[in-house]
Amino acid sequence: MTSNEDAPDAAIADPFPEDAADDADAADGTDAGLLHPGPDVNVGHFERAASITLGAALLALGFSRRRAPARLVLGLVGGYLAWRGASGHCALYDALDTGSAEDEEDERLDAGGHDDVSMEAAATIARSPDEVYAFVRRLAEAPRYMAFVESVEEGEGGRSRWRARRPGGELFEWDAEILEDVPGRLLVWRSEPGSLVHHAGALRLQPAPGDRGTEVRLDLEFATPGAPLARAVARLLGSAEDYAVDEDLRRLKQILEAGETATTRGQPQGRLEAASRT
Amino acid sequence: MKANCWFGKHDVRVCEVPDPQLLNPRDAIVRVSLTAICGSDLHLYDGHVPTMQEGDILGHEFMGEVVSVGSAVENLKAGDRVVVPFAISCGRCFYCQRGLWSLCDNSNPNAGLAASVNGFSCAGLFGYSHMMGGYAGGQAEMVRVPFADVGPVKVPDGLADDQALFLSDIFPTGYMAAENCGIHPGDVVAVWGCGPVGQFAIRSALLLGAERVIAVDRESARLAMAGRAGVDVIDFSVEHVTDRLTEMTGGRGPDACIDCVGLEAYGRSPDAVYDRAKTTLMLASDRPTALRQAVKACRKGGVVSIPGVYGGFVDKLPLGAAFAKGLTFKMGQTHVHRYLRPLMQLVQEGKIDPSFVITHRLPLEFAAEAYDLFKHKRDGCVKVVLTP
Repeated sequence: MTSNEDAPDAAIADPFPEDAADDADAADGTDAGLLHPGPDVNVGHFERAASITLGAALLALGFSRRRAPARLVLGLVGGYLAWRGASGHCALYDALDTGSAEDEEDERLDAGGHDDVSMEAAATIARSPDEVYAFVRRLAEAPRYMAFVESVEEGEGGRSRWRARRPGGELFEWDAEILEDVPGRLLVWRSEPGSLVHHAGALRLQPAPGDRGTEVRLDLEFATPGAPLARAVARLLGSAEDYAVDEDLRRLKQILEAGETATTRGQPQGRLEAASRT
Repeated sequence: MKANCWFGKHDVRVCEVPDPQLLNPRDAIVRVSLTAICGSDLHLYDGHVPTMQEGDILGHEFMGEVVSVGSAVENLKAGDRVVVPFAISCGRCFYCQRGLWSLCDNSNPNAGLAASVNGFSCAGLFGYSHMMGGYAGGQAEMVRVPFADVGPVKVPDGLADDQALFLSDIFPTGYMAAENCGIHPGDVVAVWGCGPVGQFAIRSALLLGAERVIAVDRESARLAMAGRAGVDVIDFSVEHVTDRLTEMTGGRGPDACIDCVGLEAYGRSPDAVYDRAKTTLMLASDRPTALRQAVKACRKGGVVSIPGVYGGFVDKLPLGAAFAKGLTFKMGQTHVHRYLRPLMQLVQEGKIDPSFVITHRLPLEFAAEAYDLFKHKRDGCVKVVLTP
């Protein structure tokens, strides 16, 4: 499967190349996000600070005047620790396929600088890839399955205007453009440069085994270049957990399979004061 | 309209609530003519099922007359008399297409909640907690029925409400439990729990060709009802169940064991006391006394079939015995849609009259009294039906 030339994964473009250029360490890009493929950071914030501090202390010790061989070794270890803390990359964690940076994504939402929220989900929909694609490509249908999206107006040349609002919240508008459009396979879009909401998304379609339909993978990313906008997007999204991209996919599946989305909104419920017998 | 609503442990009340509306194109509104309290409703009543909210309308066994249908429902019209499966199923997903209706992918609006607990969400159910969809139930004058184009089945004129109502749940549930046993000629089937589902499991095992059925309970009225089906009974309050089963089967053990009890088993054995202590301290959620006995009693290579509801975690399940004896476990919510029509046919042919199980009838307004009566098995209560 991985060497399949047609695999949609291989065709994903980077929607924010200007962000990538900001990151000097983006060369390998193996875990690249859609928005800005960052360096391979796998060490958490606290551990990085600790690594730098300890590393610097050992460096100072190792390269002090009395250069005993043992101290030199300590100095070299210190140098590595300091580099590890500064770069945020640990080769050992890499080898073990683990790290301490994984649980800190939410914090980034309210920090300055490159804050982004990245979400992905997968679902198998009992429809052909072409049928799934045809529905999703009609962007105006997005409010039926994407949370908070109130409307999408399609314009010329793959451009569209999006409006979104949390229940009771303020309205956000942005323009988006389609970057990749491979019928039955792939749809990649992002907000146009200069938009208030910095957003990108990718929908990848792949036939499921047997007669199970289509495996649909949806990636959504929201990024903000600065703190005020981070707060704005936080107000729109709540937190990464709050915005459940898997619920978006679930609604899409319900529409395509069952023809409607399951709901209980508007059904009756009892109130204690209305109880006729106690 | 009037509806029976849940307000907490051992607190259900009939409330005046707004009439249900059509919310989706595949909906129907049904005016309920007869509804029942299910043994599984007692798990809600006893506060064992999480994600219930005050005011939730209870009830998943009901039938009635179609009042209105959504734009996508072409097989039903106002005035049709229907019985409705307790599981809500879209009819078009992978699971529904393979007859696994209670595992429907698309009918639970709170699927994320269910998936966070169970890994994946199953079908939404009427009146059975928000994790199971939060749908308003049928212990009410009217009910909204989603996916009405694939769920409700029209009831022929020749069948009374009493005969058709239990096609919504307990007859198919007992039947699937027996079918899951894979009964061969000569098989002996033991059934734990002679409540309504147990009664139908007993009769279904006989319909499916079991040589002999042995029913286990301690309630004399329920054992007597089982006995009227012509089966042997064990009163577990006076006899040692597994020893007696081994003796009755010539030392082999039953070929299949059906646990119609589920998570609130009663028992006085050391393990039952242990379960009671652990669940009281919230260290376990379910009390699997009957299931342990079934595993112990079952013959080597036999089947343990579980229609009784389990909700969370069980402790001290003898998986070692199950492994050593190479048992097969079959379980799950009933795929009602799969059984409803064939079983209705059996009722029409006079092979079985499901109304035998009814012991009490009350108006819907007396739902609170009915729950109390059923829970404490007062007055020989086996099954209560409510008339709106």
